[in-house]
Amino acid sequence: MFLINCPYCGERDQSEFSAGGEAHIIRPKQPTELSDDQWAEYLFMRKNIKGIQFERWNHAHGCRKWFNMVRDTSNDKIHAVYKMGEKPPIK
Amino acid sequence: MSKDLRITNSKFIDQTSRISFKFDGKNLYGFKGDTLASALLANNIHLVGRSFKYHRPRGIMACGSEEPNAIVQVGNDTSMTEPNTRATEIELYEGLEASSQNCWPSVNFDLGAVNNFFSPLIPAAFYYKTFMWPANFWKLYEYFIRKSAGLGKSPTEPDKDIYDHRYLHCDVLIVGGGISGIMAAKTAAKNNLNTVLIDDKNILGGTTLFQENECFKINNSYSNEWLKKEIESLNSLKNLTIKTRTSLAAYHSYNYLLARENLTDHLDLDEKKNKIRQRLWKIRAKKVIIATGAMERPLIFNNNDRPGVILSSSIKKYIDFYGVKCGQKISLFTNNDSAYETAISLNKCGVSVNSVVDIRDKTNSLIVKHAEKLGIKVHWKSTVVNTNGYKKINSIEIMKLSDDGTNVIEKKINEECDCLGISGGWTPRVHLFTQSGGKLKFRDEDNVFVPDKSDLDQISIGSCNGDFGLDDVIKNTVNLINKFLKINNNDYENLEIISSKEIDKKNIWLLPSDKPLGKTKPFLDFQNDSTANDIKLALREGFKSIEHVKRYTTTGMATDQGKLSNMHALGIIAETAGVKMGELGTTTFRPPYTPLTFGAIVGRNVGEFFDITRKTPMHDWHVENKAEFENVGQWKRAWYYPKDNENMHEAVQRESKAARDSAGILDASTLGKIDIQGSDASEFLNRVYTNAWSKLEIGKCRYGLMLNEDGMVYDDGVTTRLSENHYLMTTTTGGAANVLSKLEDYLQTEWPELDVYLTSVTDHYGTVSICGPNSKKILSKVIPDLDLSDKEFPHMTFKSVLIDNIKCRVMRISFTGEHSYEINIQSSYAKSVWEKCFKAGKEFNITPYGTETMHLLRAEKGFIIAGQDTDGTMTPIDLQMDWIISKKKYDFIGKRSLYRSDTIREDRKQLVGLLTDDPNEILEEGAQIVAETDKQPVEMLGHVTSSYFSPNLNKSIALAVVKNGKKLMGQKLFVPMKNKTINVTITDTVFLDKENKRLNA
Ligand SMILES: [Zn+2]
Repeated sequence: MFLINCPYCGERDQSEFSAGGEAHIIRPKQPTELSDDQWAEYLFMRKNIKGIQFERWNHAHGCRKWFNMVRDTSNDKIHAVYKMGEKPPIK
Repeated sequence: MSKDLRITNSKFIDQTSRISFKFDGKNLYGFKGDTLASALLANNIHLVGRSFKYHRPRGIMACGSEEPNAIVQVGNDTSMTEPNTRATEIELYEGLEASSQNCWPSVNFDLGAVNNFFSPLIPAAFYYKTFMWPANFWKLYEYFIRKSAGLGKSPTEPDKDIYDHRYLHCDVLIVGGGISGIMAAKTAAKNNLNTVLIDDKNILGGTTLFQENECFKINNSYSNEWLKKEIESLNSLKNLTIKTRTSLAAYHSYNYLLARENLTDHLDLDEKKNKIRQRLWKIRAKKVIIATGAMERPLIFNNNDRPGVILSSSIKKYIDFYGVKCGQKISLFTNNDSAYETAISLNKCGVSVNSVVDIRDKTNSLIVKHAEKLGIKVHWKSTVVNTNGYKKINSIEIMKLSDDGTNVIEKKINEECDCLGISGGWTPRVHLFTQSGGKLKFRDEDNVFVPDKSDLDQISIGSCNGDFGLDDVIKNTVNLINKFLKINNNDYENLEIISSKEIDKKNIWLLPSDKPLGKTKPFLDFQNDSTANDIKLALREGFKSIEHVKRYTTTGMATDQGKLSNMHALGIIAETAGVKMGELGTTTFRPPYTPLTFGAIVGRNVGEFFDITRKTPMHDWHVENKAEFENVGQWKRAWYYPKDNENMHEAVQRESKAARDSAGILDASTLGKIDIQGSDASEFLNRVYTNAWSKLEIGKCRYGLMLNEDGMVYDDGVTTRLSENHYLMTTTTGGAANVLSKLEDYLQTEWPELDVYLTSVTDHYGTVSICGPNSKKILSKVIPDLDLSDKEFPHMTFKSVLIDNIKCRVMRISFTGEHSYEINIQSSYAKSVWEKCFKAGKEFNITPYGTETMHLLRAEKGFIIAGQDTDGTMTPIDLQMDWIISKKKYDFIGKRSLYRSDTIREDRKQLVGLLTDDPNEILEEGAQIVAETDKQPVEMLGHVTSSYFSPNLNKSIALAVVKNGKKLMGQKLFVPMKNKTINVTITDTVFLDKENKRLNA
């Protein structure tokens, strides 16, 4: 059970949060101009890395804010949390 | 109680308070401080169960949670009995009743024991191999296997005990109150850290508590005396919380731990009542110190499982702590020094020790010399090759070991005994460390896995970290704690320690025998009854991975998770396969460390607290009017209102007819309601719905369809424009929470530039829906001032009005196809408005209807229910709802997916209507639809999604999804059922009032 540092509320138990998959996948601004393959790339393709992964989380049972997290999926270590729209503090 | 088995000088047993208990129906006595196991041993009862596979007699073997044999059923009341408890962990209380498990008809005469004579026929994986085929025989096999195996009986009634959950936050959590744990606790608390110390026993001190031996001294006192003073000094520490009878069950990431505290299990039967039985602590610790100690290993040799064969350190605890002799003539068998501690303790208490059989060459450590000085005989470089006795050991056979340890030589010696203590060395309890994700390393010199790397803020100290000598434990504990807690001076830095040091080490995983391996029974896993032979067989059959061997032989798969057997299983595999043990890896230990009761897991979340129940403001009215309810998510919704002796079908037919003939009233309060405000609210709706919203006038309502980005229908509902920048969105009852979070997701992550705010207002308003040709007349009685003319208040519009001076919103919208109104009013007034409408409708026979009738009425009109007629694979085009997709909008959620190669396929499943040839035949929802009846296998074209008998059309109607359905209009298809085939015809989805005349009737 993680202890997650919500950028708006501080440290809270994982049970207050829900995970929202890979981060930094931007919805195309002009979907109609994309080929089926390009659209499928946005829609379906996710990396699912073993190691450092950038993820979206939502403080669902708290402030309801979405934010990003850098997590090592091999040991569940959270390296950073940062607000939506901010650049990841770690490469 | 056999007087001669109980010595009188134990400090830990109160011999003035006698406790009576029952075991297998027999009245017995013990003392306060006993466990069930120690009391049984004091009564000379060793035989407590039968083994799982061979039904061999088994006795108490250990004194703690690692006990594999003494698994008992507690309580004689079949409704409340508890199976699979360890006699070694049950504190004796007045009124305790326990019985053996896994034996039938009784532990002394067990029919299953014939398995033992057939045991050459029951090798590893016997059950897998024999009972595999034919599959339908399994029912038969299972009956007999279960009857003869039996892992206790489940209680037949719900648990009446009370359980509890609580949170605990601390700076330092110390697990284990032995010598190292106590040192850690004192040091941490003295350094101003909020410290919690937990231990599963009822008293702190671990094994040092009864270590009164000249070979182990601290500052000139016996180690136990020194420790006693340390424990007493803990009381004065303000920062320290001590929890005894609390066992750690699970260690998760981020130092989140679960511990179970036993609050009443040790109390007398009549004192337990109305108290919380167990409490589950949910602990979040900044730092964790694991001080869980070590477990003694057994030795693996022929017939090492007879009652009376006990771990040497347990014999020591029974005599030193409980004052119980495990036998009158005890032999010991060891590969290390610790059996000599037992020998000395026994000797001190006047129990004769026949001899110590030691596989090592003569060794001269302090403790061995001390034992020999006391006259204890030692068979050096020898092994026990066999034990005799059926229900209790009566002798052992000893032989000399060859130089390389692989053979036995010279003459066999027979030694009579009534108890054999065995010691195969020590295994650090690293279970919690590995549960938390820690990695182990193998230490070759004494064959142990010790903690290596962990990502968490934790350390292991004491023997669970591989320190077995008293001096090592103290010195390393001090160093580790200083570093871990970043402190400089420690009370324990300059202690004067006397500690016997083990000089010689030798280990043989499977001891040699004078008989060939196939003729011996060297047990590894006592609870699951697997032997070293089973492991070797598995390896011969080609299994290589420890995880596979484990499952194939079931070694380590019992309720003790192989606490005693895992190391030997690994050792024998490594030896046989010729690989190094460290390279083989270990099996994974999973929580809980010891079994947890379901009660502790669920805590207070039982009965009405199991889940949240949401009730509408009108709920009480529905109850008074005899509604049947259905669960929709967490909501209780009125399902139908049976009159007199109506069944559901009759009630729904009556309600449906009344709603179309005159007037019906429905509680629609559960529909999700989201308040949307902001200057970009219209643009936002444009992006989330398929249709256009910018031009919707203030005061008007519009139906909207929401897709997922993959183009599939997600939710639907009517949204009303309350003012320029203010909308009220409704969602399906079940989808409300998900829709809100999806919308929030887009607002916060994709379109942060939009000025839009969302608030869930589902619970704020109650919704009364009145429909039918007389609805207008009824509403005009309720709100006389409101102009209800079609010109002033047309379909799909809303009015803000007052009812009894209370503001409410009236929408003229319809889910039934009838002229209909929805009144939204603040929840606290909703019931009175409902009653007002009901009263006003009396003269029109206004009929309350539930969700079933609502579903029927909308199906007559071909309106979909998202989640019933859709399943996440239907596009609006599949639903024949092309009209709702705006052609002008550049983009909305899911738009691009509507013309992917897959979504434009013409042979997708599409929503159609179905009529049965026999109008009285009602299809089953979920029934499959086919085009041919004489072919097998036949292609499934689709399935029925909604089906009803329509009283208004006087025939059966259904909605279905059918492959290429749009093109099959008028086509005859078949619905094959178990006993018959139903002929159906594909039709339009709208069955009633295609021209929508009734909306304005
Ligand atoms: Zn938050």
